[in-house]
Amino acid sequence: MRQDWRIPGRGLIARDRPVNFTFDGRDHTGFQGDTLASALMANGVRLMGRSFKYHRPRGVLTAGSEEPNALVEVLEGAQKTPNVRATMQELYAGLSAQSQNRWPGLSFDLLAVNDLLAPFLSAGFYYKTFMWPRALWERLYEPVIRRAAGLGALSMRHDEGRYEKAWAHCDLLIIGAGPAGLMAALTAGRAGADVILADEDSRFGGRLLGDQPEVDGQPALDWLEQVLAELRALPNVRLMARTSVTGAYDDGTFGALERVGLHLAASDDLPRECFWRIVARRAVLCAGALERPIAHPDNDRPGVMLASAVRAYAARWAVNPGRVVVFGNNDSGLQAARALNAMGVVVAGYVDPRPVPVTEDFPVYAQAQVVGTRGRLGLRSVAVRHAGGISEIEARTLALSGGWNPTLHLTCHLNSRPEWHDNIAAFLPRPGAIPGLSVAGAARGRFSTAACLADGLAQAAAALEDLGLKPPAMTPPSAEDAPYAIAPLWAVDAGGRAWLDFANDVTTKDVKLAAQEGFRSVEHMKRYTTQGMAPDQGKSSNVAALAVLAGANDQPIAATGTTTFRPPFVPVSIAALGAGGRGTGFAPQRFTTSDAQTRAMGAPMIEAGLWYRPSYFPRAGETTWRQSCDREVMMVRGAVGVCDVSTLGKIDVQGPDAERFLDLVYANRMSSLKPGRVRYGLMLREDGHVMDDGTCARLGPEHFLITTTTAAAGQVTRHLDFVQQAFCAGWALRTASVTEHWAQFALAGPKARDLLNRLLQEPVNAQDFPFMACQEARILGVEGRLFRISFSGELGYEIAVPARHGGALFARLVAEAEALGGGAYGMEALNVLRIEKGFITHAEIHGRVTAFDIGMERMISPAKDCIGKAASQRPGLLGAEREQLVGLMPLDPQAELSAGAHLYPPQAPATRENGQGYVTSVGYSPVLKSWLALAFLRDGRARHGQEIRLDDGLRGRKVLCRVVDPVFDDPDGGKMRG
Amino acid sequence: MRIPCPCCGLRDRREFTYYGAADYLDRPEADAPAQAWDDYLHNRANPAGLTRDLWYHDPCGSWITLRRDTLTHAISGAEPVGGAA
Repeated sequence: MRQDWRIPGRGLIARDRPVNFTFDGRDHTGFQGDTLASALMANGVRLMGRSFKYHRPRGVLTAGSEEPNALVEVLEGAQKTPNVRATMQELYAGLSAQSQNRWPGLSFDLLAVNDLLAPFLSAGFYYKTFMWPRALWERLYEPVIRRAAGLGALSMRHDEGRYEKAWAHCDLLIIGAGPAGLMAALTAGRAGADVILADEDSRFGGRLLGDQPEVDGQPALDWLEQVLAELRALPNVRLMARTSVTGAYDDGTFGALERVGLHLAASDDLPRECFWRIVARRAVLCAGALERPIAHPDNDRPGVMLASAVRAYAARWAVNPGRVVVFGNNDSGLQAARALNAMGVVVAGYVDPRPVPVTEDFPVYAQAQVVGTRGRLGLRSVAVRHAGGISEIEARTLALSGGWNPTLHLTCHLNSRPEWHDNIAAFLPRPGAIPGLSVAGAARGRFSTAACLADGLAQAAAALEDLGLKPPAMTPPSAEDAPYAIAPLWAVDAGGRAWLDFANDVTTKDVKLAAQEGFRSVEHMKRYTTQGMAPDQGKSSNVAALAVLAGANDQPIAATGTTTFRPPFVPVSIAALGAGGRGTGFAPQRFTTSDAQTRAMGAPMIEAGLWYRPSYFPRAGETTWRQSCDREVMMVRGAVGVCDVSTLGKIDVQGPDAERFLDLVYANRMSSLKPGRVRYGLMLREDGHVMDDGTCARLGPEHFLITTTTAAAGQVTRHLDFVQQAFCAGWALRTASVTEHWAQFALAGPKARDLLNRLLQEPVNAQDFPFMACQEARILGVEGRLFRISFSGELGYEIAVPARHGGALFARLVAEAEALGGGAYGMEALNVLRIEKGFITHAEIHGRVTAFDIGMERMISPAKDCIGKAASQRPGLLGAEREQLVGLMPLDPQAELSAGAHLYPPQAPATRENGQGYVTSVGYSPVLKSWLALAFLRDGRARHGQEIRLDDGLRGRKVLCRVVDPVFDDPDGGKMRG
Repeated sequence: MRIPCPCCGLRDRREFTYYGAADYLDRPEADAPAQAWDDYLHNRANPAGLTRDLWYHDPCGSWITLRRDTLTHAISGAEPVGGAA
């Protein structure tokens, strides 16, 4: 077929630029300017998909984003994008599309057997049919239903396409570039306002493109070109084509999806889509109106379309629909018939239930209705019931015009409900529904071209006044101004199945059944029948469905109400919403000053919050992480190890009231700390649970430096700010996060002091710089700080230097340590070292743990108030019923333990009732030659020596363990104090 | 949603961290009865209408009390938690 269905000499297509594409593997040619839908129709293809439930053959219904039927899969290499609306997909060279939800093929679909089963598949059938047995719900029923009923299939690959997100700000956002939007943009543009004009079509003009009336005494397309030329020349007007405004949000914020590269053959330098967040001081909604079909028997065959779509395909895309029957209950249907006739299309009949005059150039059936259609894979004839009986009219296309629904969806996004107006048989937006947004033109029921032009001008002028700008002196251009006359007809009563929601296969019978079975509220009907729940969100069916429901309930439409329109107006790909968030774009990365050298040493990195830290430093001959980890642990216990601890949060606290403040935020007392000394500190939340732990160093009488764990640094900073600002008004102190100002390294092991003194200008000794001392120090000529603290239980120091010296210091420390028989150690070894000592991390203080649970309740000073003190004394937070920190050693030392496992009495089944606690940290101690665990065990401190069973249901691991003190190694701390 | 930071002016809500009801400012005395602490820690009004809640402006470190309407989302003002900035 070679575009046999084109109207010669018409259309906004570039006939000198043919475009090759394929559909279901078959080659076709269209023209630049075509959509996939128009190009297929020009090639005589009417069948484009299968319906959701009954697998009925379906063709194009609309010419816009509201399309419920013609959903296809677009293929790009191995990528596949399902549910693309053929009416929106612009043609490009090499476009490859295929139909979906059919098997084995579109013309011969075995699942069409569902259509024969229709009597059993009515609304709610799955609630009634697949009740029993329950065991089959997930195993059988759901997979079968999902296979039979559906949309496109995913490729099951990552979407490799590029997406972007962007922000825009403007004085006036104009949504829709039809006659109203164009006049609004022209008015605001001339006034000098910063304007964004967005339209989801590839071309501006709206219905001017499809209807092509006269404007200002000239053809609409000529007027349109003049207006667009002026708008393009205005530097204060941004024109955004292919941009659907998808949602209205608080404070004049709108979401918008721009198709940037989807209309082009794959292009590396363009994203597929861009999701915009547009902040507008004022907005005018000029989204026009959507025509609605009429529910008559078998109104869903390929070839049954909206009259406005048939007209647009003929005028804009030069698609010849063949013999057309137009069925309308309002004057726009008649206008479409006249326009088609004028374009040389054969109008086989105009059918109108109203007593319209019969003086047209084509047959008119007044006071008549379409009562049926024929044609399995495409319309062949239309049955018309009129005063003289029923006539069977041969037709290739049936054009339906059931009236117009203003496109008011955005006005409902902040909870406003539209108002029913009997005179136009439609809902209208409520004024003020969205603060700062007004509505112009057909979107508020002003349907004639002249009314749209005038209203666009008027609403823009009003918006300009709000913005403090002077509207230019303008008069609206002249255009057709026919009144809108309609006699509501929602459904033709002639037996058979009449479709309301094409996308989800909902018929008038389903809606009546819902009402009959008690689902009389519109919200219940929607959920029972699934009407309006497809990707098109019922754009062409909502109003008719609730009109049918109102009839079934014998109540007016106004009393029936509507369901809620929610964002997005059109489907938005998750990839566009999350643009930039894939892989490393998901979160910022924080690197320590030793990062480059650490990676150069071959250390695998693990994430710690946003930071990256080394797991271990592999050496020649080591093949598993355990070999490296065991070696690093023995290295620290036997010689000296170096570890970057810069990721710990560091907060500088200064001022006369600093000590008073720290007494309030720490459970224990800090005011008694002497300058030059460090103290371990425990911080509680106000609810009595542990927030964080760390050290507090007093650098001077009014100068403290506190540390937080890596994970809690942000939380503690916010907490300190809160306590200070909320409860310490007038106290003289300031806090500042200095985490990234200082590079800090731990030196641990019996040779730590030897290593340290190789770097210090003035060496330290055990007496003058004892355990828990701190001082300023000159390190390799740099002013830094020295702390004698230990997280390994060994003789330990931490050296801090300004961050710019961190990389050099780390390199020197590693080299010196290696010369002493030591070296760098990573997180795995650090973890084993601290487990051997029973030191806690956030694996233990995970938010549900109290000071009592970790054996630190005596740290809560009785002599002063602190955050969390009152709540920490609450009943239930103390006592034998609490799960308390213990150590576990497996009876078989080589039996591997797992964190997250639960604890049970040795012989008890692993049920919730028997649970005694859980494991928080595990590691293999090469010193004790045994696996070790830290765990929380009910009344654990009283149970040292008992046996308990560790049960890891995920790994099928059951290990008998002995409950011990959580400090496994050097319990009196002699090594780190020495 | 945009929040007027008393320190920085009108800023996008992505710069803020939400905390909870402003009741959290009314900390009972250390020796207050358990019921007072229970109310302070756990019991919130959840009003349909005007509410006061706490937000942290991450870039400047200000804790603010925001007055807003849970029905209309309208924001009527913001103050530093400790009173005037």
